[in-house]
Amino acid sequence: MTAGPAPLQAPLDIGFDYTRSLGPVLGRFMAGLAARRIHGVRGSDGRVLVPPVEYDPSTAAPLTELVEVANEGTVVSWTWVSEPLADQPLARPFAWALIRLDGADTPMLHAVDAGPEDRVSTGMRVRARWAPEPAGRITDIECFEAIDKPGGSPAPGEIGEPVTMMTAPVQLRYTHTVSPEESHYLRGLAEGRLLGGRCPRCGKVYIPPRGACPTDGVPTVGEVELPDHGVITTFCIVNVPFLGQRITPPYVAAYVLLDGADIPFLHLVLGCRAEQVRMGMRVRAVWQPREQWGTTLHNIDHFEPTGEADAPFESYARHL
Amino acid sequence: MSKQRAAVIGTGQTKHTTKRLDVSMAGLCREAIDRALADAGVDWPDIDAVVLGKAPDLFEGVMMPELALADALGAPGKPLLRVHTAGSVGGSTANVAASLVQAGVHRRVLAVAFEKQSESNAMWALSIAPPFTMPVGAGAGGYFAPHVRSYIRRSGAPDHIGALVAVKDRRNGARNPYAHLHQPDITVDSVLSSTMLWDPIRYDETCPSSDGAAALVLADEAAADAARQPVAWLRATAMRTEPTTFAGRDQVNPQAGRDAAAALWTSAGIRDPLAEVDVAEIYVPFSWFEPMWLENLGFTEQGNGWRITESGDTELGGRLPVNPSGGVLSSNPIGASGLLRFAEAASQVMGRAGDCQVDGARTALGHAYGGGSQYFAMWVTSATKEW
Repeated sequence: MTAGPAPLQAPLDIGFDYTRSLGPVLGRFMAGLAARRIHGVRGSDGRVLVPPVEYDPSTAAPLTELVEVANEGTVVSWTWVSEPLADQPLARPFAWALIRLDGADTPMLHAVDAGPEDRVSTGMRVRARWAPEPAGRITDIECFEAIDKPGGSPAPGEIGEPVTMMTAPVQLRYTHTVSPEESHYLRGLAEGRLLGGRCPRCGKVYIPPRGACPTDGVPTVGEVELPDHGVITTFCIVNVPFLGQRITPPYVAAYVLLDGADIPFLHLVLGCRAEQVRMGMRVRAVWQPREQWGTTLHNIDHFEPTGEADAPFESYARHL
Repeated sequence: MSKQRAAVIGTGQTKHTTKRLDVSMAGLCREAIDRALADAGVDWPDIDAVVLGKAPDLFEGVMMPELALADALGAPGKPLLRVHTAGSVGGSTANVAASLVQAGVHRRVLAVAFEKQSESNAMWALSIAPPFTMPVGAGAGGYFAPHVRSYIRRSGAPDHIGALVAVKDRRNGARNPYAHLHQPDITVDSVLSSTMLWDPIRYDETCPSSDGAAALVLADEAAADAARQPVAWLRATAMRTEPTTFAGRDQVNPQAGRDAAAALWTSAGIRDPLAEVDVAEIYVPFSWFEPMWLENLGFTEQGNGWRITESGDTELGGRLPVNPSGGVLSSNPIGASGLLRFAEAASQVMGRAGDCQVDGARTALGHAYGGGSQYFAMWVTSATKEW
């Protein structure tokens, strides 16, 4: 591929609120947090591990004995965050610190809201700052702060039933960049053209063209303009609704093999009842109004039957 | 190339169900592991390495779960590997664990795989449309349904074959105390009248969404000889891969599956699989994949898989019982589903398959596939060290 315009990019943002079953150990730890109490677990060697783990790090034995530790402790080590990121515990500069709570044998990682950096030190005494209304979540501990800071902690409460579940929202924000070959194809779509490329070794016509032919490993070359009609090789009728679905079911998702192409792509078929769609049915593209075209396959709104005779099975059998 | 002998000396699994809200992922894995260690008669100090299998991270939203699970897997101080081949991962996990023994690297290796589908939404995770494409994808069912349609057209199979498989596997599952679905009263008519989800795949022809885990212990010859109970000797393993799309790709009878099967039978010294294999645990998440994979695996020539199913030969008591455990159609903790096939193939030749036992099973196939039929993993287990 010769040097051309920059590859196309678009945001791809996905997110989901995952749930977490906590199990007996973490469930009791979270219940403790709701009462402003911090628990560790006693390991096989007698040490108190904070936060608790379900299985011993050296023997793999299940651990069950929860041990309450203090809400305050000592900074064992730390690093400074001068520019906090979104979703971190504090919006102003803070320290990530390893804090060994009194009664614990292992340090836990948490944020220390210390003011300026020169107020943080190894050996510093800190105490937990609790959320105004603890609810059995890890964020019930907002952060730690210097123990000499006035105020002090509210009194701990009674521990309730173990927490069984937490929600863990995950957001992923990507910039999706397509290959130079696919960019060329997408720019063709913006002009209403369907541009494929041919593998110089096997001679197969790919649409979109490929940076590497899956069979031969070399880029497809040239520009093979394909017509906007072809044949349905196979298809399914999607009747099932699901989270994130962008086309209302029922709809026909079909592999469309354009005349002259050697590989089909998935698209939507409308223009007849779903049960009338057949393998071998001849279809043509129905384009969006030209003013709505962009660098996307969405420019083709759907495919519809042409009314021609079906293609013989043998003509597309090797594309199934 | 000479390999050391290897055997499965113990297997374990959870009772698969829609939601295991009482345990964490770690606790879920440990249920299966503890059962496998007990079945093998070994304890943590006997385990030299751990191999974990897990389907795509997006399924639970936990990046690299092998790190957070290291304590629960008993991995500190030992090698821990993660295997990742989508839905086939459980099978690949078993084969990777086996290779560590066959290579003479380790004496006993623990293989674990799990999925906690209730913490996520696999349908959502499998249907994310990248920019610039048409968002017509609809999960695994939406992916495979067109290829099932191609199979039906190409083979001329009658419409009820998929329902026959669903009825068989669900009734088998009803005999398996660990199976998610227990549907002893399911009938061909009830399957055929169930909702069409991804035409031509119906609701009752589709695997459930399960929480579950599986584990097995692989051992070298000396450790297997020392086991207190019968073991499952590995007669052959095979894995092959192919790209998701290429011009001329056969999605009904993928090349990688054919190549893996050919390598497997050659390695096992099996000339006529239908005659020489006593029982098969085949990865069938949608019922039509039983006849499709019977052909792909070389049990019969292309186009005739459905005839084996229709004849009843794949039922318990038939010529080649397929999925006596109930298979993926009865339990689908995705990451673990492949390992379950491999573990069930071991249990059959160990004689420890309970009410799902095939009488006199001496040679068994475990099989898994994953991705868009891209990854294939399989093994043959034997009741005897020599065959």
